[in-house]
Amino acid sequence: MLEIKDLHVSIDGKEILKGLSLNVKPGEIHAIMGPNGSGKSTLSSVIAGNEDYEVTKGSIFYKNENIEDLSAEERANRGIFMSFQYPVEIPGITVTNFIKTAINSNLKARGEKEMAANEMLKKIRDKANMLEIDSKFLSRSLNEGFSGGEKKRNEIFQMAMLEPSLAILDETDSGLDIDALRIVANGVNKIKSSSNAIVIITHYQRLLDHIIPDYVHVLQDGKIAKSGNKELALELEEKGYDWI
Amino acid sequence: MSLKEKMVSSFLAFELDTNINSPVHDIRSESIKDFEKIGFPGKKNEYWKYTPINKVLNDKLTVFKKKRHLIEFEKVKDFFVNGIESYKIVFIDGAYDPLWSNTTHKGVDICILSAILENKKYEGLINKYYNTITDKNESFSLLNSSFSKEGAFVHIPKNMELDKPIEIIHINSGGESSLMLQPRSLIILEKNSKAQILESHYSLVGENNKSPYSYPGFIDPLTNTLTEIHVEENANLDYYKIQNDLETTSLIDNTYINQKRDSEVSCHTFSFGGNIVRNNLNFYQNGENINSIMKGITILGGNQHTDHHTLVHHANPNCESYQEYKGIYNDNSTGVFNGRVLVDKIAQKINAFQQNNNLLVGEKSSVNTKPQLEIFADDVKCSHGCTIGQLDDSALFYLKTRGISEKEAKGLLTYAFANNVLENVKMQALKTKIKKIIANKIGVNLGFEL
Ligand SMILES: Nc1ncnc2c1ncn2[C@@H]1O[C@H](COP(=O)(O)OP(=O)(O)OP(=O)(O)O)[C@@H](O)[C@H]1O
Ligand SMILES: [Mg+2]
Repeated sequence: MLEIKDLHVSIDGKEILKGLSLNVKPGEIHAIMGPNGSGKSTLSSVIAGNEDYEVTKGSIFYKNENIEDLSAEERANRGIFMSFQYPVEIPGITVTNFIKTAINSNLKARGEKEMAANEMLKKIRDKANMLEIDSKFLSRSLNEGFSGGEKKRNEIFQMAMLEPSLAILDETDSGLDIDALRIVANGVNKIKSSSNAIVIITHYQRLLDHIIPDYVHVLQDGKIAKSGNKELALELEEKGYDWI
Repeated sequence: MSLKEKMVSSFLAFELDTNINSPVHDIRSESIKDFEKIGFPGKKNEYWKYTPINKVLNDKLTVFKKKRHLIEFEKVKDFFVNGIESYKIVFIDGAYDPLWSNTTHKGVDICILSAILENKKYEGLINKYYNTITDKNESFSLLNSSFSKEGAFVHIPKNMELDKPIEIIHINSGGESSLMLQPRSLIILEKNSKAQILESHYSLVGENNKSPYSYPGFIDPLTNTLTEIHVEENANLDYYKIQNDLETTSLIDNTYINQKRDSEVSCHTFSFGGNIVRNNLNFYQNGENINSIMKGITILGGNQHTDHHTLVHHANPNCESYQEYKGIYNDNSTGVFNGRVLVDKIAQKINAFQQNNNLLVGEKSSVNTKPQLEIFADDVKCSHGCTIGQLDDSALFYLKTRGISEKEAKGLLTYAFANNVLENVKMQALKTKIKKIIANKIGVNLGFEL
C-alpha cells in the first residue's frame, strides 16, 4: 500500500526527515510515536502532498505508483486521506456542503458519476450516527468555532465518508475526552478492513488500547529509530524516548 | 464645449419639453444653478480621490435620447427574479416600459414618478418629501435633480405590510451612443409599514461582452441615478441593489435614506460589474431606536472599478448601524470602500459596527479601504475593521487533501468568503439568484444546492 524509501525532506532549507523508510501493507495498522518536533506531522503532510516541503531524496510509492509528481487532490482522489493535527477553520462552507463537494469531486476525478442526493443524505446520516455527531453540527461552518475534540471527530467523520485506502491520523486523539476517544476509536475500527491501511500518529498509549496496531515505530531525529509490536508503545509510555 | 457647459445649456432645451408648472420645477431650476456653480468633481476632490470619474465624463454625453429601443423578452427574462410574484417597474434606457411592468394604485402606489409629478393629488406628498434629504453640494445629485423626470414612485400607506416584493429594473439597451440617464426615484414608507424592494441595473450584452449595437467610437451609457427613501416611524424596509452591468457601462448611484423612530432599513448592494460604479449610500437617523444595516458583495474582473461610499449620520441616541462589505477583485479590477460614521454629540448609546474584507485575486487588482469615524458623543460603541488579503494557503491545502481540485477549491473558498453576507437576505428566490450569479462570476460549479 505505502512504501517509503530513504525519504529526505526539507523545509526552507532545513532538513527534517533524514532517511525515513516505512512499509505499510493493506489491512495493517501502524502507529508512529516520537518526541515533539521529530517530524511526524512533516511525514504526514508530505504523504498528503503538501508542496511547501521539498523531497530532496528517496521515494514514496502508493499502490505501487511513485506519487512524487501527484498533487494533493490527485493523491486524495486515489484514496489517501490525512486527518489533520490542526484542522483548518473554513467559515462560509457547511460541513455537509463541504463533504458533498469532496465526495463528488473524488467521484468525478475517478470518472464515476455523482452520488444521488438521497444516497448522499443517507450516508451522511449513517456516518454521523456512527460517530455520535449531532445533525445540527453538520450545518455549521466547517470547523469554525469547533472545540478541539469536535474538530477531531469531524476529521474522522470525513474519513468515514471518503472511505480512503490509506488514512494517516495525525494526533487524532489529542483533544478528545474519554468518551469521545472511545467513540472515535470504534468508528475507526469499523472503517478498518483488510483492504485499507491506517497510520496513527500519537503520543499516548491509550488510543492504542482501542485501535490495536500491528506495528509501532519510533520517529526520532527524522528517522525511524526503532520498530516493534504493540508492546513497544507500552514500553515507551513507561520509559520515554531516551533509552532508544 | 465642456460637459458641464453642455449640461447647463441642455437644461433650456429640457425645459421646452417639460411641464414647468410641476411643483418640482423650481427644484430643477435651483439645482442646475447650483450645479453650474460647483460643476463636476475636480481632480483634487477628496470625496472622489480613488475613483477616476472624469474618465467617463465624456464631452459627447447627452441627456436627450433620440429613439426608443424595443427589446425581446427573451433577452431580459433573466433580469427578473424568477419564481416569485412581484410588482415591477421597468425602464429601458430611462423610459418606462409598460409591457413588462406590473404597477398598481390599489391601496398602495407603485408606479412611475412622472405620473405623480403631474398629478395634483400627490402635491402634498411631493412637497413633504421630494428632494428634502439630498445633498445640495454633491454634483451628481444636483445634476439628477435638474433633469429628474422619470423613475419609480412607491408609497406604502400606514400599517401596510406589502403583499409582494417590488422589482425596479433599469435596462440599458445599448442602442444609442453617448446617453447620460438620470433616473429619479422616490420611496415612502408610512408608519408601521413594511416592504421589500429590489433595484437592479443591467445592460444587454452583445458580442465580446460589449453593447450589442456597439461600433467604433460608440460611447457607452452613463447612468446617474438618485433614490430618495423616507421611512417613517416603526416602518421596515428591505432594500436590495443588483448592479450587474457590462464592463463598459458606468453607474453613479446616489441613495438617500431618512429614517424615523423605531424603524429598520437594511440595504444590500451586490456589485457585479460595470466600468465605473460609484455608490453613495447615505443614512440619516432622525429618531431613537433606529437600526440601519448596510451589506455588500462586490465581485469584479477585467478593468472594472467599484466604489462604495457609505454615510450613517447618527443624530439621535440609542440607535444602531451595521456595515459589512466584502470585495473580490480579479484581474486588474479595483475597488474603494469609504465608510463614514458621524455621531452627533447628543447621540449617546450608539452602537456602530463596520467591517470591510477584501480578497485580491488578480495580481494587478487593488482596493482602497478607509473607515471615517467622526464621533462627538462620549458614550458610544463604534468598531471598525478591514482586511485585504489572498486566499489562505492552509485552507486551500485542506480542501485539496479532500480531493477537491485547485480550481474548485479556490472557487469554494472565494464563495465561502462572500457567502455570509447573504445571511439576512429574506427573499429566498433572490438569494438563490444572487448565489447563482456569484458562483457564475467565480467560475465554480457548486456541487450542492444553493
Ligand atoms: N515551515 C517550517 N519552517 C521551519 N521549520 C519547520 C516548518 N514546519 C515544521 N518545521 C520544523 O520541523 C520540525 C518537525 O515538525 P513536525 O510538525 O513534523 O513535528 P511533529 O513530530 O509532528 O511534532 P509534534 O509532536 O509536536 O506534533 C520541527 O522542528 C518544526 O519546527
Ligand atoms: Mg505533529
